[in-house]
Amino acid sequence: MRLIIAYIQPEKLNDVKDELFKAEVYKVSVIPNALGCGQQKGYTETYRGQITEINLRMKVRLEIAVNDNFVKATVDAIIRGARTGKIGDGKIFILPLEECIRIRTGETGGSAIG
Amino acid sequence: MRAGTWGFASVVVVVLLVGVNAGRAESPGATALGAGAAGGTSAEVDTGSTAWMLMSSALVFLMVPGLALFYGGMVRAKNALNMLMCCFVSVGVIGLQWVIVGYCLAFSGVSALTTAGGWSFLGWDPSLLFLKAFGAADYGRFVASGDTTGAVATKVPELAFVMFQGKFAIITPALIVGALAERIRFGPFVLFMLLWSTLVYDPVAHWVWNTNGWLFRYGVLDFAGGTVVHLLSGVSALALCLILGPRKGYRKEPMSPHSVLLTIVGAGLLWFGWFGFNAGSAIAVPASELPVCGRVAALAFTNTQIAAAAAATAWMVVEWMVTGRPTVLGFASGMVAGLVVITPCAGHVVPWHSMIIGGLGGVACFYGCRIKNLVKSFDDSLDTFGVHGVGGALGALLVGIFAFQPVSGGGAQFLKQLVGIVCAGAYAFAGTLLIGWAIHKVIGLRVSEEVEDDGLDIRVHGERAYQLT
Repeated sequence: MRLIIAYIQPEKLNDVKDELFKAEVYKVSVIPNALGCGQQKGYTETYRGQITEINLRMKVRLEIAVNDNFVKATVDAIIRGARTGKIGDGKIFILPLEECIRIRTGETGGSAIG
Repeated sequence: MRAGTWGFASVVVVVLLVGVNAGRAESPGATALGAGAAGGTSAEVDTGSTAWMLMSSALVFLMVPGLALFYGGMVRAKNALNMLMCCFVSVGVIGLQWVIVGYCLAFSGVSALTTAGGWSFLGWDPSLLFLKAFGAADYGRFVASGDTTGAVATKVPELAFVMFQGKFAIITPALIVGALAERIRFGPFVLFMLLWSTLVYDPVAHWVWNTNGWLFRYGVLDFAGGTVVHLLSGVSALALCLILGPRKGYRKEPMSPHSVLLTIVGAGLLWFGWFGFNAGSAIAVPASELPVCGRVAALAFTNTQIAAAAAATAWMVVEWMVTGRPTVLGFASGMVAGLVVITPCAGHVVPWHSMIIGGLGGVACFYGCRIKNLVKSFDDSLDTFGVHGVGGALGALLVGIFAFQPVSGGGAQFLKQLVGIVCAGAYAFAGTLLIGWAIHKVIGLRVSEEVEDDGLDIRVHGERAYQLT
């Protein structure tokens, strides 16, 4: 079992969701107001002469728990949906997942991931 | 809740003190310059003017929600509710203070402190406390306006005038809040507001607008409150900034406006209400210009519109050239700057001059907001001094140059205006320093660091402005 964490551009969220659904990955959690900085530069806001440098940009964070046989399909789907070729496309992290439990039934392991 | 107890106690004390005096009031007696004139039957009423004065009062009232939104949008979300509350509380507290004692101090025809030449420094007519003079028989009496050539019965009920002027008294302390944003303790602030209104605003309003007042008699022009409202609040904000100190993290952490959307909507409401603020001040026309709702009101309305348009455009253009971008906050600020600068001039200048006045005001206030950058610890958070102080002073001086009625502008009038703003400004600054320092020493005006970190909404009011999840 793996936990896939992906940071993507907010405007690519719909495309990524569509690609994931096409790959039959339906169980995704989305954290919409993540902030992040990387190679993308910041920008400035000005309020009555007070200049503020914003270098934490808006990002969307996805968390998807998958069985090992779904990892490649999920990662490919995310990349297909999120890639634009420009700096700021984002990153994907894959973590080993120790346990997964469905709250409603108490199932554990691969069948809980579904 | 020590501060809240102090605030409440202060209200009770004021009411008791004044109530004791009011109980000794003589029956409403003879008229005097600046006070009510006899009469007031419905047959004699100037219906158009009365309707306009009542409408103007409502318009000026709307400036409080307008100001609350204007300021509220400029602070961080965690303090938005507190900013609005500090503006709104004036409607309640000063709304009461005005009818209890404020109108008496400012607009009595009887003076408490007068020189031999008839220059009055403070009004005192006990029959006006709690508006007791407006009893069953006399509630319709007319207000006398005019200039030093003689008071004139306007055929507008004085109660309408009381209400109109009361809205000015309400909004002026709310303007000061701009300098106290995000760090003021609420209870002590209410106490400050009460003392300031009674000891600073009411006397200065008396000097400038009461026909016995010494600055009025000296010849200072202030049509709708450039000195009395804007300069006073701007200078007082400056004084309080010195006492309070800057916000935690000022100049280091981002403190951007959380909703410029609210700010510009607020500015729009302010402009709408300002038509009442300026054009309603035609209540104080001399005999030759009656009726009240006549050509002076139309002139003031026109000047208000033109100056605000000129200032908003000027600010936008200057900002576009200087920073490369026209900002919404800048346009909204320009609107307000133009309205401020035309306030003392509205009934005294010809329309095309108001274009110049507004344009100058927009540019002056644009740079006025940058004055605070010269001193590291001067945190006039919402530019009360930068816009209202600078704009009010500029407008008060410009009317000395551009006025065509009741006197012509020129060197002599300019000097009179200068005397007016220096005296009122100095008095306000000193008075505010004293009141603010006294309150700060005894109970403290500033919140603790943790409260400032957490946000005033949740710590002072126990509420959040936005419950988005």
